Amino acid sequence: MEWKRKHLLGLEELSKQEIQLILETATSFKEVSFRDIKKVPALRGKTVVTLFFEASTRTRVSFELAAKRLSADTLNIAINTSSTSKGETLLDTAKNIEAMNVDAMVVRHGLSGSPFILAQGLNCSVINAGDGCREHPTQALLDMFTLKEKFGHLEGLKIALVGDILHSRVARSNIWGLTKLGAQVTVCGPATLMPRGIEQMGVGVDYDLKRVLKNSDAVIALRLQKERQEAKFLPSLREYSRLFGINQDKLSEGSSNLIVMHPGPTNRGVELSAEVADGKQSVILEQVTNGVAVRMAVLYLVLGTKEEVVI
Amino acid sequence: MPQKIMDHETIRRVIQRMAHEILEKGGVEGLALIGIRTRGVALAERLKKAIKNIEGIEIPFGVLDITLYRDDLTLVGATPLVRQTKIDFDITDKRIVLVDDVFFSGRTTRAALDALIDFGRPAKIELAVLVDRGHRELPIRADFVGKNIPTSKNQKVKVVLGETDGQQDEVVVEDK
Amino acid sequence: MGLVIKNAIIVNNDKIWDRPQDILCEDGKIVKIVSSINAGGHETVDAKGKKVLPGLIDIHVHLRQPGREDKETIETGSKAAVKGGFTTIMCMPNTNPVIDNPMTVEYIMHEANRVGLCHVYPIGSITKAQKDEELTDMAELKAAGCIAFSDDGKSVLNSRLFRLAMEYAKMLDVLIIEHCQDPLLTSGGVMNEGAVSTRVGLKGDPGIAETVTVGRDIEIARYLDARVHLAHMSLKRSCELIRWAKSQGVKVTAEACPHHFSLTDEACASFDTSTKVNPPLRAREDVQAIKEAIADGTIDCIVTDHAPHTKEDKEVGFDGAPFGLIGLETSLGLVIKELVKPEIINLPKMVDKMSTAPAKVIGLKSKGIIKEGFDADITIIDENKEWTVAKEGFVSKSKNSPFIGWKLSGQVECTICNGKVVYKV
Repeated sequence: MEWKRKHLLGLEELSKQEIQLILETATSFKEVSFRDIKKVPALRGKTVVTLFFEASTRTRVSFELAAKRLSADTLNIAINTSSTSKGETLLDTAKNIEAMNVDAMVVRHGLSGSPFILAQGLNCSVINAGDGCREHPTQALLDMFTLKEKFGHLEGLKIALVGDILHSRVARSNIWGLTKLGAQVTVCGPATLMPRGIEQMGVGVDYDLKRVLKNSDAVIALRLQKERQEAKFLPSLREYSRLFGINQDKLSEGSSNLIVMHPGPTNRGVELSAEVADGKQSVILEQVTNGVAVRMAVLYLVLGTKEEVVI
Repeated sequence: MPQKIMDHETIRRVIQRMAHEILEKGGVEGLALIGIRTRGVALAERLKKAIKNIEGIEIPFGVLDITLYRDDLTLVGATPLVRQTKIDFDITDKRIVLVDDVFFSGRTTRAALDALIDFGRPAKIELAVLVDRGHRELPIRADFVGKNIPTSKNQKVKVVLGETDGQQDEVVVEDK
Repeated sequence: MGLVIKNAIIVNNDKIWDRPQDILCEDGKIVKIVSSINAGGHETVDAKGKKVLPGLIDIHVHLRQPGREDKETIETGSKAAVKGGFTTIMCMPNTNPVIDNPMTVEYIMHEANRVGLCHVYPIGSITKAQKDEELTDMAELKAAGCIAFSDDGKSVLNSRLFRLAMEYAKMLDVLIIEHCQDPLLTSGGVMNEGAVSTRVGLKGDPGIAETVTVGRDIEIARYLDARVHLAHMSLKRSCELIRWAKSQGVKVTAEACPHHFSLTDEACASFDTSTKVNPPLRAREDVQAIKEAIADGTIDCIVTDHAPHTKEDKEVGFDGAPFGLIGLETSLGLVIKELVKPEIINLPKMVDKMSTAPAKVIGLKSKGIIKEGFDADITIIDENKEWTVAKEGFVSKSKNSPFIGWKLSGQVECTICNGKVVYKV
């Protein structure tokens, strides 16, 4: 298996083998972050720009550290746009930055599909750090990496995604990745936040959280944006938490080996109770650690490719 | 025509001799072996075993993947596969013997040296190779050599080891 | 001097004529159709081997003038129309200013006249400034030249106001054309809500936004015994509602666009903003149902909903791009490729959907048929000629077509409007 892609836009277009290669490469990279000197020279002289049109600390910092540990130079650009209709500035902005000879651009944008616009319009590598409601591939990869570390395999694992499926790019990327690697995915959340036709992505739908927890090896709780309640998708956050928040009581329905994941940042008391978030079944901080290794692998693979461009 | 330079028995004897040379030169005090992926690892393991047979001591052993330190990363086509580096002892103040199969341009050794330095500050680093085929491009020499094989640049030295290749050990020189 | 079309195999909505005819046009009228006419002193067009159709009529076009002349003008839109075989087009009122006053109507008609390529009938808005608050002065607008009214681009959401508009239009004998879409249900959707929108993470516009409005409009039309014409139907369920309404004698007519029977919502997964259109491209079963509804008469007319947008406006990502695609130059080719060649409809039925029925729906009594005494609006086509849609080929000012690169069947060879050749390939 050779890596031949210049961009990472999503997991939808990746093959099972490509996803496995990223996860295996990440395994090799994980060790680097535990050295005294947390740096290898693989991307010396390369410039990686993070271009974020949406606020994010965790993902941006993770990418930045990953690039730095590979000896790349990094530059972070945050552009404040509250409106998603500001797409006209996207390619222009990116082209201006690229003109300073950058090698990779890590982009987060509120528009679904925006990485495609960039990949078509730019010469540098484009890495999707989240586009609208579509994909957040590195988050799903780090989730899968963490699951693989915990269980040794993904094939046959029963994974539940809980929360706002409709607006979740983390959910979509995880569905693509996990199903390709043979896991069984169930989505669970309020019916008003369950997108139409989701079962056609190869997942089960269940609205009963307790039953879902009982039947899962791992649960990935999704972040609930407070705006969703303002947009009337939910009667109240309290009601959401009552039905879909994971607390110790509900968690005890499942196996004691069930692990709890969350892409962060967590709304404590909404998606997860503090007890669960900090409890022994939670692997949230390991996810963060693994995020750096996965992003190192992605940067290394994408920037190392000299062959044909696969978009 | 491929030419067989070493067979299973020769390789066994060579490893035995190299183990003695390593011990002769500095004893076992602070000694550690680090194999360079892929075949250097198998050779280092054999040396470790040979040393244990002679001295009765388990010496520390590590695995080094030098991919990330290669100086040709931007030149190769598809991205080379990165495998795990595993050095779970502190190399500082140790006498490290790096082990590789074929010593050629010296670039792999250069990468390995850089990688090692990132892990700590050994007292000394030495180099053990099964085959030295010449054509150095860097000012690096080996301390322990299994066999010197004069080759031309357009020849290829193929090392086959049971552990990595699933075939009987041999070293073959063939034209590219 | 008149115009003689020689060797014309005439296709009307009832049949294809067996024998070639010569057609004499004088003073904008078809004067004579006989087997041979002495062309002496007349301009001649030889239609040998081609089909001769009544000029195509598109009752749903956005010309953008006045207001957005960077997207299209009456002149460029007219050029695109005659290249696509259309001799009559009707332009929607969502211009700036809105066509809600006689001055704008006169301006458009005057400009169309100056361009002089095809007939342009402005459609007046139902509500002032399309604000869904007060009715326009329809009688005055009718006197200025509006024969139909619509708030196209959006529904008249206020059901009471829509009822009043229908009653008023009935009194004036003008047509109400309704854009069926409940914006509260659409709620910012940018493509069809379904498995594809879910997959690609784009906001879905549910089909019920269209069908609840179709249902409402049918009920109001039935209650008032008034006519209503439903614009760009895109759903299987809409077709079922209309089919039922027609069977009950409700005075409802409907239209569909080529893109709704040529493309599914799967096309949006490319994030090509020229596939962003309102109503959105739908699921496969809807595409199939639209074809059937065209064949069985549930859908009366084929229209383009020609909606030009500049590259700058469109290239802002899927969420931000305006809705619409251009259709005048690809309509005939798509109809032949998707409907005629697969034998869903035959040529006379195509003529019906693209000329005779629109003329009838809108009340243009001397158009839509090649017949002595009728207007000399004629389109000559080679229905077997294949061509490839190219960006550079468009004469429209905008190029927002999802069909670029498509191979289509059927080419317009010559367009005659008012007895004059206005386009020749």
